[in-house]
Amino acid sequence: MTYGSSQPAAGQADHSPRKGKQVQFGIFSVSDITQDPITGNTPSEAERIDAMVQIAVKAEEVGLDVFAIGEHHNPPFFSSSPPAFLSHVAALTKRIILSTAVTLITTNDPVRIAEEYAMAQHLAKGRLDLTLGRGNTVPVYPWFGQDIRQGLPLALDNYNLLHRLWREDVVDWEGKFRTPLQGFTSTPRPLDDVPPFVWHGSIRTPEIAEQAAFYGNGFFANNILAPTGHFLPLVNFYRERFAHYGHGTEEQAIVGLGGQAFIARRSQDAFKTFRPYFDKAPVYDHSISLEQYADRTPLSVGSPQQIIDKTMEFREMFGDYQRQLWVMDHSGLPLKMVLQQLDLLGEEVVPVLRKEMAALRSPNAAEAPTHQGLVRAKYGDGQPRQPQPNANRGDNVTGTSPYQDTDPAIAATYPTIR
Amino acid sequence: MTTTPDQAATTPTRSDSTRRLVVVNAGTSNPSSSRLLADRIAGKTADQLSAHGVHPAVDVIDLGPLAGEIAHAIVSGYPQGDLLDAVQLLVNADGVIVTTPVYKAGISGLLKAFIDILDNDLLIATPVILAATAGSARHALVIDDQLRPLFAFMRSLAAPTSVFAAPEDWSDPALTRRIGRAATELAAMINSSLRTSIAGQGWDRYQHNWGGSARPDTTTPGMDFNTDLMKLAAGGTTALATS
Repeated sequence: MTYGSSQPAAGQADHSPRKGKQVQFGIFSVSDITQDPITGNTPSEAERIDAMVQIAVKAEEVGLDVFAIGEHHNPPFFSSSPPAFLSHVAALTKRIILSTAVTLITTNDPVRIAEEYAMAQHLAKGRLDLTLGRGNTVPVYPWFGQDIRQGLPLALDNYNLLHRLWREDVVDWEGKFRTPLQGFTSTPRPLDDVPPFVWHGSIRTPEIAEQAAFYGNGFFANNILAPTGHFLPLVNFYRERFAHYGHGTEEQAIVGLGGQAFIARRSQDAFKTFRPYFDKAPVYDHSISLEQYADRTPLSVGSPQQIIDKTMEFREMFGDYQRQLWVMDHSGLPLKMVLQQLDLLGEEVVPVLRKEMAALRSPNAAEAPTHQGLVRAKYGDGQPRQPQPNANRGDNVTGTSPYQDTDPAIAATYPTIR
Repeated sequence: MTTTPDQAATTPTRSDSTRRLVVVNAGTSNPSSSRLLADRIAGKTADQLSAHGVHPAVDVIDLGPLAGEIAHAIVSGYPQGDLLDAVQLLVNADGVIVTTPVYKAGISGLLKAFIDILDNDLLIATPVILAATAGSARHALVIDDQLRPLFAFMRSLAAPTSVFAAPEDWSDPALTRRIGRAATELAAMINSSLRTSIAGQGWDRYQHNWGGSARPDTTTPGMDFNTDLMKLAAGGTTALATS
């Protein structure tokens, strides 16, 4: 699949509804439930889940393009089921794209990913994509019958299957990590028979970038908790391989970056307010100060202008890219403060970034991926396919051909029990 | 990965007759007897190289001023700041001279921490002289007991002669003779281009982390796309592995 076949003409801003955005701006959350170091309050799971819904809705209200949530299977995180959460948010929103950061491609059965995210994609009317990652929490693997030492081949193999499940009505498949499939149809078929866009996330693994490039999918670097620029070699490698596989030029590769921001109108207030949360959060290198950490890593702390400047440096370093997400709700920051942060992000940071990035943007850079864009790339002005199943033949299956328009040459061979 | 050291992007252009010696000194006092020992070894090695018509260039990495960055790198996992320059000196080193004081019957923790933050493949087949200073001759085995295994792990080529100096050795001509012996060994290993022969042609046979400092093979030409994982990434299958 090649995305990006329809770019705006050189030097021309096209605001017609048919055209997608150049860069999508949004937020991502890891769904941690953390004690607020100021008040000592630890939210309950119920409180935090409710707060996250408000955060997602707020993201749309302030004009952001993307809300993404992570997947975890252990406290102190709540988000074990991103498709359930995102489907609910989809019902409360109209415009924002819902995504993950990340969906575990290792410990989930790719068949369940195919089914659940296609379902969520339908409910969200196409406003859904996903980012795949391996997950680094060791015990999660054995809880789901897997082994972290096989994490990389597992991730690669699982995606190879997922890719087919969303593109072929009937799949026969055999691999090392999962029971074989015979005559399997993943339901529902993706909305408009166009699979959700997939980003492959990695912080250090060229094989993951290679897979993203091979399929012409997006590549996402979380761009946090490491020195600024740490992720550049991997992004550049992905761009080279994207071009190698004939999906477009290196410039047309589809790159997403993470980041993390804490904003206040005055820089010193941002540092002062954020410091207790930084000092307490276990994810940072506490051998250096917040100021040094913000200087050395993509963590953006300061006035709206400082956040803008730092983000523009990402663009300078990585080239034109398609998606910028920030973590804004972690480490015990109270809901009220997070919502204020989103006001500042949506009103004072993102509008300026849109303008400044557009001014510098190469006319050859791909537009950000959307369902509408993918439908247009696949069908042009034609009608999207809407699969209608054949009749139940009495044993709750449709026989050798699942849909009325399924190519009859592809006959399913069902497994039998002897 | 087919690059040889001469083609590696990080190898600076230089005249063919220059060889780079890098001193890693873990002594922190001023004057430091470890640094003094390192300077004598470096000077003697430089003489040996010059005698063979090779131009020696000596750089010194004093670990004391880098102590903060080394500690940060241990915590964060990422060398930064001036530490990156020190790593880069080692990338380009033709020979290394390591000196450490003996503290509490062992090598300096600062030296161990510095080695800990280096990529595993950074010093493969790099000739190294191992040296230590101590307050008592009773620590003489620290080099063989601790430095040799450490540099064996790094797959460096430790000179057969190591140099240990207790207080009484500084007035003993035998120390000068040992320094001369070690310098001869280091110069011989450098002049015979052992590092190029081993790490150049055999580079693929060692384990590497992608994007490491030694040969940042971060672009397509340097990558091996023929591995099982790379083939799986490009739409391959694990199905055969089950049958």
